[in-house]
Amino acid sequence: MALALLASLPAWIGNSYYVNIASQVLLYAVFALGLNVIVGYAGLVSLGHAGLFGIAAYSGAILINGGYGHFLGIVGALAVTLGASALFAVLALRGTGLGFVMITVALGQIVWGVAYRWISLTNGDNGVSIASRPAPFGLSLVDADPFYWATLVVFLVALAAIAVFVASPFGASLRGARDQPRRMNALGYNVWLIRFLAFLFSGLWSGVAGLLFLYYNQFVSPQTVALTASAEVLLMVISGGTATLLGPIAGALLVVVMKNVASAYIERWNFVLGAIFVAIVIFMPEGLVPGSLRLWRWGVRRWRQRLAGPVAMAAVPPGSGGGQ
Amino acid sequence: MSARLGRRTFTKRAGAMAMAGALPMPAIAEDKPVKIGLLTVKTGPLAQGGIQMEQGINLFLKHRGKKLAGRKAELVVGDTGGNPAGTKTKAQELIERDHVDFIVGPLAAFELLAISDYVAQHKCPILSLAAAEDMTQRKPNPYFVRASGTSAQAMHPLADYAAKELKYKSVITVTEDFAFGYEQMGGFQRVFEGDGGKVAKKLWPPIVTPDYTPYLAQLSGVDAVVSGFAGSNPLKFMKQYKDQGLTLPILAGSVAMDDALLKSFGDEAVGAISCSGYTADLDTPSNKKFVEGMVADYGNIPGIYAAGLYMSGMVAEAALEKTGGKTDDKEAFIAAMRGVSLTDTPRGPFHFDHLGNVIGNAFIRRCERKDGKLVNTTIKTYKDVGQFWTFDEKWFLAQPVYSRDYPPLKG
Repeated sequence: MALALLASLPAWIGNSYYVNIASQVLLYAVFALGLNVIVGYAGLVSLGHAGLFGIAAYSGAILINGGYGHFLGIVGALAVTLGASALFAVLALRGTGLGFVMITVALGQIVWGVAYRWISLTNGDNGVSIASRPAPFGLSLVDADPFYWATLVVFLVALAAIAVFVASPFGASLRGARDQPRRMNALGYNVWLIRFLAFLFSGLWSGVAGLLFLYYNQFVSPQTVALTASAEVLLMVISGGTATLLGPIAGALLVVVMKNVASAYIERWNFVLGAIFVAIVIFMPEGLVPGSLRLWRWGVRRWRQRLAGPVAMAAVPPGSGGGQ
Repeated sequence: MSARLGRRTFTKRAGAMAMAGALPMPAIAEDKPVKIGLLTVKTGPLAQGGIQMEQGINLFLKHRGKKLAGRKAELVVGDTGGNPAGTKTKAQELIERDHVDFIVGPLAAFELLAISDYVAQHKCPILSLAAAEDMTQRKPNPYFVRASGTSAQAMHPLADYAAKELKYKSVITVTEDFAFGYEQMGGFQRVFEGDGGKVAKKLWPPIVTPDYTPYLAQLSGVDAVVSGFAGSNPLKFMKQYKDQGLTLPILAGSVAMDDALLKSFGDEAVGAISCSGYTADLDTPSNKKFVEGMVADYGNIPGIYAAGLYMSGMVAEAALEKTGGKTDDKEAFIAAMRGVSLTDTPRGPFHFDHLGNVIGNAFIRRCERKDGKLVNTTIKTYKDVGQFWTFDEKWFLAQPVYSRDYPPLKG
C-alpha cells in the first residue's frame, strides 16, 4: 500500500516542485537512517556525519568534473567515504558518550575547514557544481519525476539493507554492545570491532545520501558540511525516534517540510520548528514514531475498556503505557 | 467588487486550462499579473541585508501602484535561510510552483552560484545583488543582470583615489575570509599597486569573529587601513578599532560604510573614506523619492541592499515597457533588460555591458557628523565605472579571478 502510494506520488501530486520536495525528504531519510545506525542502535551520538555526507558529495563532484564519468565518480566517492568513515571511527571510538560527541564535532569541523580553505580542490566558499545528472540504463534523471523514482529506489534499498542489518545477529550484538558493553566483552564479543563496523555501515549510507544530495542540487559548498547540517540530521533522528526504522523517515519528513514548505507561509518558521521539537521532547521523549504508537495503543486500550464496561475504566495516564 | 472577483476566478480557470493544454488563450495572457520572485534571507546572520532588500522592492512596487508597464505586479517572497541548498529549493518553488516571470535576489554569492545553472536551464531572468565576479566574467550566465556591481567594482576607484588624491603609499587590508572579501581586496590591490602603492599585509578574520584584537594588533606602519567588512561586522570592527586607540585613516568598501549602518555607528566612523555604487546623498529626483519613502515607511536611510533591489525593479519595468508588457519570450525579455539604459535612478544614470553587469557612477564619500547625525558626503564621483575599470577586458578576463592569494603580495 505505502509502496504503491510512494511510487505513484508524482502522478497525484502533479506539481514538479512538490515532487522535488518529496525527493529531498527521501534523500534526507536515507541520511537519517544511516545516522540512526550509530546513534540509535549503537548508542553513540555523532555530530560529525555531515562531514561524511559532504566528503561523498565533494569527492563525487571532483571526480565527475575530473572527467571520470558518473559510474567511477559514484564508486570512487563511496570508496573515499568508506575510507574517511574508517578514519573517523578509529579516532572517535577511542571514547564513548560525551568524548565521542566531541571528537565527531572536531572531525566534522576539519572537513568543513578543508572544504572552506583548500580552495584549489574545493573552490572554497563558492562551492563546486556539476553539469549533469547521470542517466542509468539510458533513463535521464534531469526531470523531477524520474529523479524522484531513482531516489525512491535508493531509499528502498537503504531501508531494506538497514532493516536486514538491524534484524541480523550482528544487529543484536550491536544493541548488546550499546546496552551492556562490559557484559558483551565478558561474553567474548569484540565491542570495539562491532562499533567500528556499525560506523562504517552508517558512513556508507551517509555517503549514498551525500551523492543523492549532490545530484539533486548539482552543487555542493562548505555549508553542506557545517556543524548545523550535522545537528539538523541528528534532530531528524531524535525527533522521529532513535533505534526505530520509521523514526528517521518521519523526522526527515518533518524537518524538510517545515523548512521548505512551511517557510513559504510562516516567516518565523524556525520558531515553529523549535516549538515542535520542544513539544516532542515534552510529550514524546522517545520520538514521534514510538510516541504516536504509544498514544495509539493507549487509545485502543481505553476504547476496549469502555466497551468492556464501566468497572474496568481505571484511569491509565498516557505516560505509563510505553515500553521504553 | 463581485465583477472583479468573477473575472479573477475566470482568469485563474482559463490559466489552468491553458496550462493543461486544453485550449490556448493568448488574449488572457496580458491580464495575468507579472509575477516577481524575491529570493532573500530573512533568518540568520545575513538577515539584516536581506530584509532591506525586501523593503527596497516593496517600496518600488508601492511607488508604481503595484503596476508595471500596465500589468498588475505580484511579489512572491522566498526565504533562502542563507544557505545554498535552501536557495535551490526556494528557486524551484518560485519557478516551478509559482511560475514567476523573473527573480530578484539572492543576496550572497554562494546562494547565487548554487542556482546559476538552474535558472539558466529554466531561462528565468535573474537580477541579483550578489557580487561574485565570475557571474559576469569568466563563467557568465546569459540570464543574469546586476544593477549593483561586482565585488571589486567600487574598490578599483577607491584604490585610485587613495593613491592619486590621498597620496597614500602603503596600506593593510582587512576583511572577512570569504570570496566577497578576496575579490574586493584583489581589486584594490591591483589598482593600488598599478598606481605605485604597496599592500603590506592582507588580513582575513573569519566571518564570525567575536574579538578582532589579534588582527588590530597587526595594524601599524602604513598610511591607511582598508576595511571590506559586510553585514553587521563593520560596526563591531570599527568599535574595537577605536577602543584599541588606533588612529590610522580608514578606507572602506561599499558595504563596510553602507548608509543603512550609519545610525548604528558612533564617532569611530567619522572621517572614514568609502566608495560605493550607491550613495544616499545623491541629488536626483528618483533618489530623493526613494530615500524619503524608505525613511517614511521603514524609518531608516537606505543603503545599497535596498537601493539595489529598487533599481532592479526599475530595470525590469523598463524592459517590460520595451516588450509591451510581455514576458513569455524569455530571450526577448532578457535582451530587453540588458539593453535598458536609465538616466534618473537612485544611483544616477546607468546601463549594462554585454555580460549583464552595470556601468554606472561610483561615489567616493567621507563620513561626517551633520546636525548630530552621521552622513556619508560625496566628495568625488567617478563616472561610468564598469567591472573592468580602465583595464582591457580581454586582458582582465585572461587573468585568474581575484582570490585569497591572487594577486600575490609583493616582497
